[in-house]
Amino acid sequence: MSRTASRGRAGVIGFIVAETSLFAVFVVAYLFYIGKSLTGPSPKDLLELPILGTICLLSSSVTVALGSRALAAGRVARAGGWLFVTIVLGVVFLTGTAQEWRRLIVEQGFTIGTNLFGTTFYPLVGLHASHVILGLVMLSLCVIFAGSGALKAVHAERVEFVSWYWHFVDGVWVVVFTVVYVVGR
Amino acid sequence: MSSTFVSTEPTAVRDAAPTPERSGTLAILHDWVVTVDHKRLGIMYVVTGLVFLVIGGVEALLMRLQLAWPGLTLVPPDTFNRLFTLHGTTMVFLLGIPVVFGFANYLVPLMIGARDLAFPRLNAFGFWILLFGGALLYFSFIGGDGLYGAGSAPAIGWFAYAPLSERAFTPGNATDYWNLSVLVMGFGTVATAINLIATISTMRAPGMTLGRMPIYVWTMLTVSAMTLLILPPLSAAQIMLLLDRFLGAHYFDTQAGGSAIIWQHFFWFFGHPEVYVLMVPGFGFVSEIIPVFSRKVIFGYATLVAATVSIGAVAMSTWAHHMFTVGMGGTLDSFFAASTMLVGVPTGVKIFNWLGTMYGGKLRFRTPLLFCCAFLFQFLCAGLTGIMLAVAPFDWQLQDSYFLVAHFHFVLFGGLIFTIFAALYYWFPKVTGRMLSERLGRWNFWLLVVGFNLTFVTMHFPGLLGMPRRIYTYPADRGWDILNLVITLGVPLQALAVLIFLVNVVYSLRRGAPAGDNPWEAWTLEWATTSPPPAYNFAALPPINSRRPLWDVQHPDDPDGPHE
Amino acid sequence: MFAPVSTPAFLIRDVSFFVLAITGVIFVIVAGFAVFTLIRFGRRPASPEVEPAQVYGSTQIELAWTIVPLLIVVVLFLVTARYVWGIERRAQPPDALEITVVGNQWWWEIRYPKLGIVTANELHVPVSDATRPTLTFITIQSVDVAHSFWIPQLAGKMDAIPNKTNRIWIEPRRVGTYVGQCAEYCGLQHALMLLVVVVHPKDEFQTWVASQQTAPAEHDATRTGRALFASLACINCHRVSGTPGNGVFGPDLTHLMSRSTLGAGAVRNTPDNLRAWVKDPSAFKTGALMPAMKLDNAQLDQLVAYLSTLR
Repeated sequence: MSRTASRGRAGVIGFIVAETSLFAVFVVAYLFYIGKSLTGPSPKDLLELPILGTICLLSSSVTVALGSRALAAGRVARAGGWLFVTIVLGVVFLTGTAQEWRRLIVEQGFTIGTNLFGTTFYPLVGLHASHVILGLVMLSLCVIFAGSGALKAVHAERVEFVSWYWHFVDGVWVVVFTVVYVVGR
Repeated sequence: MSSTFVSTEPTAVRDAAPTPERSGTLAILHDWVVTVDHKRLGIMYVVTGLVFLVIGGVEALLMRLQLAWPGLTLVPPDTFNRLFTLHGTTMVFLLGIPVVFGFANYLVPLMIGARDLAFPRLNAFGFWILLFGGALLYFSFIGGDGLYGAGSAPAIGWFAYAPLSERAFTPGNATDYWNLSVLVMGFGTVATAINLIATISTMRAPGMTLGRMPIYVWTMLTVSAMTLLILPPLSAAQIMLLLDRFLGAHYFDTQAGGSAIIWQHFFWFFGHPEVYVLMVPGFGFVSEIIPVFSRKVIFGYATLVAATVSIGAVAMSTWAHHMFTVGMGGTLDSFFAASTMLVGVPTGVKIFNWLGTMYGGKLRFRTPLLFCCAFLFQFLCAGLTGIMLAVAPFDWQLQDSYFLVAHFHFVLFGGLIFTIFAALYYWFPKVTGRMLSERLGRWNFWLLVVGFNLTFVTMHFPGLLGMPRRIYTYPADRGWDILNLVITLGVPLQALAVLIFLVNVVYSLRRGAPAGDNPWEAWTLEWATTSPPPAYNFAALPPINSRRPLWDVQHPDDPDGPHE
Repeated sequence: MFAPVSTPAFLIRDVSFFVLAITGVIFVIVAGFAVFTLIRFGRRPASPEVEPAQVYGSTQIELAWTIVPLLIVVVLFLVTARYVWGIERRAQPPDALEITVVGNQWWWEIRYPKLGIVTANELHVPVSDATRPTLTFITIQSVDVAHSFWIPQLAGKMDAIPNKTNRIWIEPRRVGTYVGQCAEYCGLQHALMLLVVVVHPKDEFQTWVASQQTAPAEHDATRTGRALFASLACINCHRVSGTPGNGVFGPDLTHLMSRSTLGAGAVRNTPDNLRAWVKDPSAFKTGALMPAMKLDNAQLDQLVAYLSTLR
């Protein structure tokens, strides 16, 4: 393993640890405020299980791993393909979230200021969604470079770091899903 | 003892040689602004920290003048409240963090035989965002408009308790300046912590195992790991406060059922380990300096490392000892009392190891050791008053009183700042190639010791007599007046001490005796290169077979390795 | 806190002496050893160029100086836990006096729910004697930001947190007046949020209660002042029993003259100070939430004359 890669490895792990700590506090706040809203709708009044989005997002962990492995084996086109599928799955997930929020905000009039449920729901789900967006941007860059021929097997380690980030984002979704859509309802 | 591996000619500004196309001040400035060199960034961090030390000190001076006697009106109430808010915020985020991470920046690669930090550009980012955050905070004097007039800095205290920090009780933007500047500086600190962890784990020179690293490097590894865990919770809480203040969220809005207590939990989950992040590197400095000036190896290296790591771990579980008076109930009060007392054990053990190092040595009372000696006594007091405060009922009386203020100033001033001065005197020769004046150093030391203790020993007593903190004046009939006057009298001595230090630096940069590679006859790797080091740090490294590579070079008949 | 007059404060002093003794002994031993080391090994050595014996550590010594502090910590923790539970878990006897204290920016609202008394900034309680102990249980709340209720001679402090109810108890054993103040930064005038506790002999306390429960007498001479009070915005914030005034934003003024200070300790309650306060509260307490009512001198005189009758 080259020196540069091991540095990068330590760096990405450190970054993920810090991000975990950040999400943990929003999760704790959500858990703490379950049932404490003084007025307004509660989770079971409003939330529907985002099954399709969750399946897509969790499968995208598989596809991104396949893409990363393909690149390590030197198969750039295949890697680009798998990463592209990952992006599509991620976009489906985000579309689901967007539709959910549109329903909540526009149709139900349920906002961050409505009550404690709103206060803790939007930032937690939103923080996760913003991390998905960031991941999609990075994956898009990988796909573009795969297409242009700039991406090579020697970059496999870096794409692996992107895939680690993506796994992290999926892991966070497992927690958010459990806390918001299962425990909280 | 000069190194035989590289040239011994001292050049204070060798690194600042201008590029051939340009020359002069502009070129030098340009080089410093675009630098990604850990040594330059380290210097910039420390200089920034010292500038804010002076600013924070002026804030303290104004407060002490106002409190010197009951009923004074030197400073109106709203200004006083801004002064203590800015003083605390400045000293923690703009003095403590920059100096701690600045020294780490400079020293860690040299101590482990590396060329730079793992991510040099990220390093530069960390510095500039800190500077930006500091500028943003102080811009609040002009920009943060409040309800009663234009231009005001935040006045919510450095820990910004909710719901006072909510828009309902603090309109205007002063609070937002505090929030955003600290948030932004936090990102820089996390970046630097990641950088240090990556560097220490992957860039050690051959032979430099974890068990051979200087104790100082262990302290930086520990506090960097802590930083990753504790700074994001602060950022999260600050984002929540932003959402409350700007988007109508109710995280800490008690009128809507929100909790004032969870702000305290989130803040102190960060805030308590944070003071260990500040202090533990100070322990690292002492662990490097005491052996050199005792001419003895550190006593109990393994114990010190174990103590460092356990302090880091246990400190993460003590935060709610700041909340003994909020009504958490007996179970939680007892738990946090226990964890707080527990963290005192490894801390105390360290003191014993340092004393064990000096015992049997041949002490050289140069300025770095003087500051370490004062530190030992002062930190002992700080730790013991901390144990007292860990007894929750004792804290029920003295939380938020001047006893508490005295305690934490003993930790962070009598402890941390004294070790920072020790470190400045110790490593200044390495950084600049010149020695600081011993004579001025002694004046600096004695004035600071007398001034510090006059102020902060005395400060315990108004607390014991019932004086709460954060008050801009006090009644004349409580018996606090003479004590407050004595407290204030210590301040000019401290100010003079700092002034003498600055004079010492300016004078020595030009006229200081040339230092050579290893003026203190020390044994760790940073002394195996020139003073200052070349841009690439080491032309050649000595063989690393123990914790003291240069001792092994000087004592080939009795190297450290077999003893370790 | 080292001059306690009430049981919780006595208990805290006891445990404080205990921990002070332990830490004092530790300090003497460690500092003493440090001084000895500095002197003994700081003297100019006979052969400074020869390095002293290098001692790398000692497992036994290091183990000993880890275990002994651990044992000290165990003992200290057990003692602490005993006092924590002893104070927090004190059961409320049926004849205890109940007071509710509500922190406001920047004054204290004081209610005696079972006695129907509402006042501000001053608590009056009966002394407790050994034969017939009388405890006072205080419920602590806040309407706005975090405050802290602290009278060192009576008990440890307890924070007043909005949306939370805390409780402490006191048992004053000596008659007298004891002072304290808010101990949690609560905004601009945190420094002027003082507290006074007057501990009465039992019969005197009953007299105080009776006078607080009686509405103040009406006087013809101050009829205009009373009318003025009722017609101005005063009644929006202040309550005076027997008038339309029912405001709760500011202190209840029914027995204003029975209190020793104005503005939660900002100034002593004298006729001149009262007049100046009503004219412009910010003169004594900048930023006080009571506005200057912009009254002319005649109105002020009438109003203050009326207020002076509220004993």
